Amino acid sequence: MRAKTQTLGGWGRWPTSTASVFRPERLAELQRAVADAPSVLARGAGRSYGDQALNQSGSLVLTTRLNRLLGFDPTTGLLVAEPGVTFRDVLATFQPRGWRLPVSPGTGFATLGGAIANDVHGKNHDGRGSFSDHVQWFDLLLASGEVRRVVRGDALFRATVGGMGLTGVIIALAVTLDRVTGNAVLLKEQRITDLDHFLSALQAARASSYSVGWIDALARGRALGRGLLETAEPTDTTLPPERERRRRVPLDFPGFALSAPMVRAFNLAYRWRVPTAGRERLAPVAKFLYPLDAIEDWNRIYGKRGFHQFQCVVPDAEAPRALTAMLQAIADAGAASFLAVLKTLGPRGQGMLSFPQPGFTLALDFPHRATTGELLARLERLTLDAGGRLYLAKDSVASPASIAAMYPDLPAFQAVLAEVDPAGRFTSDMARRLGVRGGEARR
Amino acid sequence: MSAVRDLQGRLWAIVGGSSPLARAFAHRVAARGASVLLVGRDLDDLARTAADVSLRHQVEVLVHGCDLGDPDQVGLLARRLQSEAEAGRLDLLLAAAIMPSQAAMEADPALVPPLWQVNVTAPIDLLLRLAPAWQRAGRGTVVVVGSVAGDRGRLSNHLYGASKAALATFTAGFRNRMARAGVHVLTVKPGFLDTGMTWGLPGIFLPGQPDPVAGTILAAALNRKDVLYVPGFWWLILTILKHIPEPIFKRLKI
Ligand SMILES: Cc1cc2nc3c(=O)[nH]c(=O)nc-3n(C[C@H](O)[C@H](O)[C@H](O)COP(=O)(O)OP(=O)(O)OC[C@H]3O[C@@H](n4cnc5c(N)ncnc54)[C@H](O)[C@@H]3O)c2cc1C
Ligand SMILES: NC(=O)c1ccc[n+]([C@@H]2O[C@H](COP(=O)([O-])OP(=O)(O)OC[C@H]3O[C@@H](n4cnc5c(N)ncnc54)[C@H](OP(=O)(O)O)[C@@H]3O)[C@@H](O)[C@H]2O)c1
Repeated sequence: MRAKTQTLGGWGRWPTSTASVFRPERLAELQRAVADAPSVLARGAGRSYGDQALNQSGSLVLTTRLNRLLGFDPTTGLLVAEPGVTFRDVLATFQPRGWRLPVSPGTGFATLGGAIANDVHGKNHDGRGSFSDHVQWFDLLLASGEVRRVVRGDALFRATVGGMGLTGVIIALAVTLDRVTGNAVLLKEQRITDLDHFLSALQAARASSYSVGWIDALARGRALGRGLLETAEPTDTTLPPERERRRRVPLDFPGFALSAPMVRAFNLAYRWRVPTAGRERLAPVAKFLYPLDAIEDWNRIYGKRGFHQFQCVVPDAEAPRALTAMLQAIADAGAASFLAVLKTLGPRGQGMLSFPQPGFTLALDFPHRATTGELLARLERLTLDAGGRLYLAKDSVASPASIAAMYPDLPAFQAVLAEVDPAGRFTSDMARRLGVRGGEARR
Repeated sequence: MSAVRDLQGRLWAIVGGSSPLARAFAHRVAARGASVLLVGRDLDDLARTAADVSLRHQVEVLVHGCDLGDPDQVGLLARRLQSEAEAGRLDLLLAAAIMPSQAAMEADPALVPPLWQVNVTAPIDLLLRLAPAWQRAGRGTVVVVGSVAGDRGRLSNHLYGASKAALATFTAGFRNRMARAGVHVLTVKPGFLDTGMTWGLPGIFLPGQPDPVAGTILAAALNRKDVLYVPGFWWLILTILKHIPEPIFKRLKI
C-alpha cells in the first residue's frame, strides 16, 4: 500500500509535521499499514487542535474512508459503525428515523473513533456525561496485530477512552442512540452582564438539557465575563429540512482581520443580536449542535500562522477566582479572540485520561503570535493552581509536569501501554512532547 | 434517503464492489430504490459495504464472490446473473481493474497476462455471456469503466492504457450490438479519481471524489449517454492530447 508524504497540522494549523500518510479503503489495508510501520497513529477528521493527531517522521493512518454503518438494532438503539463515521452523518441518517447520538461535540465533522480517543463532551455533559458513557464496546487493533473486542469496564477500555490513539486503532464501535421525536430544540438566549452572573446562571442551567455560554473575551473591568447564555430543550417539533448552505473560506485571512478592533466589533455585534429581554425560538438540532460547521474551513480566518485553542476545566469552588484571573490575563494581553465558550461539566469520564470532571470549562482561541506562549503558560499555571486540568484535544504547548499533575491516572495509563504496546509503536507528536510513554519528554 | 425511488425493481450488479467508485455508485442506485449485488474477492469488505448500503437505503444488498482472474469463476458469475438479465431487471457496472506500475511490468512481462485477464478478457467474457439474455429481455443498462489512459499510449502508462483501449474498442461495438435490442451501454473514461489507485502517486491533479463522480456516471447512464469523460474537463485534455502529432508526442515524457 502506498503512502503519501504530507505535512499536516491539527485544526489549529500549528504546529505542523511531516508523516507518511496512509488512507486505507478497507480493513485489510489498514491492518497492513499498521503492521508495516515502526511508528504509527490513527487520524480521523483532524479536528483536534494541536499536535495530538500528528506523528513526525512516522506513519499516520487516516480512517476517513472507513466510514460505513455496520448494523443498527431499532429495539435497543445500538449502532455499530466503522471509526471514520462522522457525527453529522449519524445525525443526517438517524434523526429522520427518530434516533440521535446522546452526546456530540461542537463540530459534526469529528469522527466517532476520534470521539472515543478524546472522550468528547457536549453541551449536555451534566445530564448525559461524555461520549464514551454511551459506548458499549469497540474492536481495537493492537500493536501485535491482534484485534480485541474491548467492553466497558476493562482496563483497556478505560485506557483507550481519552487515550489519544496510543493503545491502538479502533476499527469498529458500538454506541447506543437516544430515541427522539422531531429535529428541533427550543432555544433560549439571554444576555449576561458579567462573570458572577454567568456562573450563577450556568449553575442554574445545569438542570436544563443543554446549556452553553459565549463570552466576549475582550471585555474588561466591570464588564469582564459578559456574554450570552444559551439553554435548550428538545422538542417534538419537526422543522422542514433547510437547504444546507455550505460556505468556504477562500483564502488564509491577512493578520489585520484579527486585530483587536475587528474582533471587538464582531463580539459586540454577536451580543446585540439578542435583545436585552432575551429571546426564545425553535432551532434545528444540527444548527444548534454545530453552529460553526456552516463555514467548513473557518480555521483559515486565523491565517497561515495558525492558532491555539486553550481549554481548561476548574472545580466549581475555584471557578470565580480562577476564571476572573484568566479572563483578566487574556484581556490584559489584548490577545484578540473570537467568542470564548464557558460551560459546566458533570461527572468524571471513565477514561484514565478523560478530560471531564465536575466544574466550569472555558475554551477560547488565540492566533499564534510570538507572545502567545507566555499567555498560554500563564493560563496553564492558573489552571493547575485551581486544581483544574487542560483538555488534551486542544493542547499544543503544555508542559509534561503540568499534564502529569492534572491527570493523576497517567501512571495507570502508562502501565496499560507497557502491556499492550511494549515497543511503543503507537505514538504521536503530543505523546513525545508530553513524555506520555515515560522516559524523556521532548520539549 | 432520496425521495425518488425510481429504480425500484432493478438489480444493479457491481463488479469490483470494493472499489471506492463502485461503493459510491452502489449508494447512488440504492438511494433510488435499486437492489444491489456486490461482486468481488474481498468478501469481508463487501459484507461491510452491503450492511452500510442496506442500512442507509433500506434495499436488499447481496454479495457474490468472484475472482476475475479465474475464467471458471467468471462463468459462474455469468450464470448467476443470466436469469436476472432474462427477467429484464439486470443492470451492470464493471469497475474492477488492476494497474500494476509500468516499470514493474516492463521488468517482468509475466505481469501483463493477469492485467489483461482482469481488465479485458474477464469483462468481455462476462458481457458476451450475458448478451443473449439481455437481447431477449430488451432492456438493461451496462456501464463499463475504462480510462482516459486508453485514449493514447503514453510513456508512463501504456500497458494499463492498452488494456483500457481494448476494453473501450470492444465496448463501442458492443454498444452498437446491444442498442439494437434496447439495451444501453455507457463507456466511462475517468481522469484521476481520489482512490487507492492514485493515493500517493506523483503528478495527480484535481482528482474526482468518488461520490460526485458516481452521481455523474449514474445520471449519464440513465440519460443514455454513450461516452462520458469524468471529471468533465478531461474531455478537453484528451482532445488536445489526441491531436498532438506523433513525431512530437513520442518525445513527451508523460
Ligand atoms: C469546531 C470544533 C468544536 C469542538 N467542540 C468540542 C466539544 O464541544 N467537546 C469536545 O469534547 N471536543 C470538541 N472538539 C474537539 C473534537 O471533538 C475532538 O478533538 C475529536 O477527537 C476530533 O475527532 P477527529 O475525528 O477529528 O480526530 P483527530 O483530530 O483526527 O484525532 C484526535 C485523536 O483521536 C485519535 N483517533 C482518531 N481516530 C482513531 C481511531 N479510529 N482509533 C484510535 N484513535 C483514534 C487520534 O490518534 C488522535 O489522538 C471540537 C473541535 C472543533 C474543531
Ligand atoms: N483511480 C483512478 O484515477 C482511475 C482513473 C481512470 C480509471 N479508473 C478506473 O476506475 C475503476 C475503479 O477504480 P478505483 O480507482 O476505484 O480503483 P481500486 O480501488 O483499485 O478498484 C479496483 C477494483 O477492482 C477489483 N479487482 C482487482 N482485481 C480483481 C480480480 N482479480 N477479481 C475481482 N475484482 C478485482 C478490486 O477488488 P479486490 O482487489 O478487492 O478484489 C477493486 O474493487 C477501475 O476500472 C479503474 O481502472 C480509475
